[in-house]
Amino acid sequence: MKRKGNWFKGMGLAVSVSLALVGCGSNNENNSASSSAPASSAPASSSAASEGGTVKVGILHSLSGTMSISEVTVKNSELMAIDEINAAGGVLGKQIEPVIEDGASDWPTFAEKARKLISEDKAATVFGGWTSASRKAMLPVFEELNGLLWYPVQYEGLESSPNIFYTGATTNQQIVPSVDYLLEQGKKKFFLLGSDYVFPRTANKIIKAQLAAKGGETVAEEYTPLGHTDYTTIIAKIKEAKPDVVYNTLNGDSNVAFFKQLKDAGIAAADLTTLSVSIAEEEVKGIGADFLAGHLVAWNYYQTTDTPENKTFVESFKAKYGADSVTSDPMEAGYTAVYLWKAAVEKAGSFDVDAVKAAAGGIEFNAPEGKVTIDGENQHIYKTVRIGEIQSDGMIKELWNSGSPVKPDPYLKGYDWAGDLSSGS
Amino acid sequence: MTSIFADRRRLWLLLGYIAAAAVLFCAPLYLSDFRLNLLAKFLAFAIAALGLDLLWGYTGVLSLGHGVFFGLGAYAMGMHLKLQASGTRLPDFMDWSGLTKLPWFWEPFKVFPVAVALGILIPALLALFLGFFTFRNRIKGVYFTILTQALVIIVTTLFIGQQAYTGGTNGLTSFTKLLGEPLRSDTMKTVLYLATVAVLVLVFMLCRYIANSRMGKVLRAIRDGENRVRFLGYNPATYQMMTFAFSGALAGIAGMLFVLHVGIISPSMMGIVPSIEMILWVAIGGRGTLIGALIGTLALNYAKSGLSEAYPDFWTIGLGVLFIVVTVFLPGGIAGLIRSGAEAVRRIRGRGNMHESGAHSVLQGSNRSV
Repeated sequence: MKRKGNWFKGMGLAVSVSLALVGCGSNNENNSASSSAPASSAPASSSAASEGGTVKVGILHSLSGTMSISEVTVKNSELMAIDEINAAGGVLGKQIEPVIEDGASDWPTFAEKARKLISEDKAATVFGGWTSASRKAMLPVFEELNGLLWYPVQYEGLESSPNIFYTGATTNQQIVPSVDYLLEQGKKKFFLLGSDYVFPRTANKIIKAQLAAKGGETVAEEYTPLGHTDYTTIIAKIKEAKPDVVYNTLNGDSNVAFFKQLKDAGIAAADLTTLSVSIAEEEVKGIGADFLAGHLVAWNYYQTTDTPENKTFVESFKAKYGADSVTSDPMEAGYTAVYLWKAAVEKAGSFDVDAVKAAAGGIEFNAPEGKVTIDGENQHIYKTVRIGEIQSDGMIKELWNSGSPVKPDPYLKGYDWAGDLSSGS
Repeated sequence: MTSIFADRRRLWLLLGYIAAAAVLFCAPLYLSDFRLNLLAKFLAFAIAALGLDLLWGYTGVLSLGHGVFFGLGAYAMGMHLKLQASGTRLPDFMDWSGLTKLPWFWEPFKVFPVAVALGILIPALLALFLGFFTFRNRIKGVYFTILTQALVIIVTTLFIGQQAYTGGTNGLTSFTKLLGEPLRSDTMKTVLYLATVAVLVLVFMLCRYIANSRMGKVLRAIRDGENRVRFLGYNPATYQMMTFAFSGALAGIAGMLFVLHVGIISPSMMGIVPSIEMILWVAIGGRGTLIGALIGTLALNYAKSGLSEAYPDFWTIGLGVLFIVVTVFLPGGIAGLIRSGAEAVRRIRGRGNMHESGAHSVLQGSNRSV
């Protein structure tokens, strides 16, 4: 007995000593890196990002935590764009060196890592974020340190930071036209269902104003916490309210539960139209196409979008990440962001943030979704709007598109009925 | 003989503390902006860990709800900063959420000293309130811990749900000024860092004073045998309530400093995971030793941020292994390791202190059983 106890103690001691050594080692590394950083970078801080033959850029997405399922795919498409650019000779003759950081689905961590990428790594630009909360956490850091962020996901608008480029849709490039589309289809009674956070709440505020102005009707507005999985009550309310359409701004796991329970309740897409703005190919794969077939979505890009650029994009993505991988709107927006940054840098002839920002306005790029153009005024991009229907094979078939790219209008200044909404600007 | 020995040890300990404080106070001279900011954040966490150690390590009350107290302090400061940044206008998120005038409970946070006072008082009073209804009714152990978890869920749900009043999931961010000075100027950053170190040193000394005082003895006695303490004529509930409120206040202070350094507070920072993480800092550092809580906080946070920088794809696994190894092989935490190392040295030196080391291991044993 006694001997065994000693043996255990000895082993514990050995492990812990080695741990302590490892800990010290990494600490020392941290210390030396940090103490030498100011000394070496102080004389040439502006050009540190592009020293030698490489230029550092940050990739900041959640690689762990609840958001990782979605964000990892965007990281992959951004890395693919970087590889393609490097293979074609890089930017201004320099190879791009991605510095990958994990935002861990935690907003203060996004702020911490953004600060690290800008001030320690001297990243020329950062591609990152998914949730509005993560963007709002990073925004003050980018503005303080004059960094540059490319944000690739559709969002609720009402924002235009001088240090952020928004390559996902703002409200007038997704929500507003999709509501118009539904009204044109004769759907007047809307049931608004969303997760309880800023995007659904703001989206629904816009939808309500739009419906009021255009002769539609909001029959109910329901919110459930993020991660909520019991929708029987909501489905009962839907049955009772008899809406023409359920406008769905649920996010994440909740969609799985909602659509499965909808099907269990005997409601198919033929009985009740739903339109979702947070379900793309990747999510369809996760939820299961048989639960979603026939339901509508609104985005700017689908894997099936018919452009020559998209054909190459989908092929190279499958070649790189496996034949069963799919491409989706935010992935395309992340991919496009890398190319737009490259174009802006080349036009500016410099990696300097202010020069790149000044040069960015008016830059055009033939993205997989079609031609996109940077609006120099609000740093969003012109995007084509597409309404699609989910197919039983998990792909999305386009039903309608806006014909030409729509000018971004984050504060909805061009819409009379939205007067009250944009007072925040 | 033993008293000389103890005196010498105390002297060395004192010198060690002074040296550590000096190293911390001089950090702005040798750390880059980013690393200084990181260290400042960790030191703020350490303040919360000290309070938690007093509660858990000394009194034997395990709270998995300290994220709430931390968050309430942080929100108090965040609200003040948000009002400063908004000037005469409404904070931006209230505007989006349809409010037209400032809610009444935001008014007091316009004044800095009031905001600071509330950032300490609100968590302390909430802890006192919860403690009043639990400890007096002799709800303890696991049942108390579960209640603190419930508190976390209630408060985070409330903060997420009341977007118009709290900023919802996004929380509060985009701060610009503190007391009229830009929050992100170099001077302000250094001042805030030094203030954090100063607060930490004060809190450490205060906690040490409490731990070594008569009250500290009672707290340990409650941990080791609550009923015996009651039979001796003390009312354990009063002591538990006071310690709970005190550690809640420290978590509030930590939260306020956290917001000043990080510039954002959201409900996710007061959730279940951060609350458990706080317990891990104390557990890994070594509960029941104040310096252990401090070391644990710094070690764990440096490991977390270092590992995630070096291995962004796998760092969570590395951290998980670290937790398991420490809990399985080092029940006394890092401080326990240091102590057993010191004991081993003493044992080799001579057998004169057999008595003392025996007493120590008894103490350690009781530590483990808490």
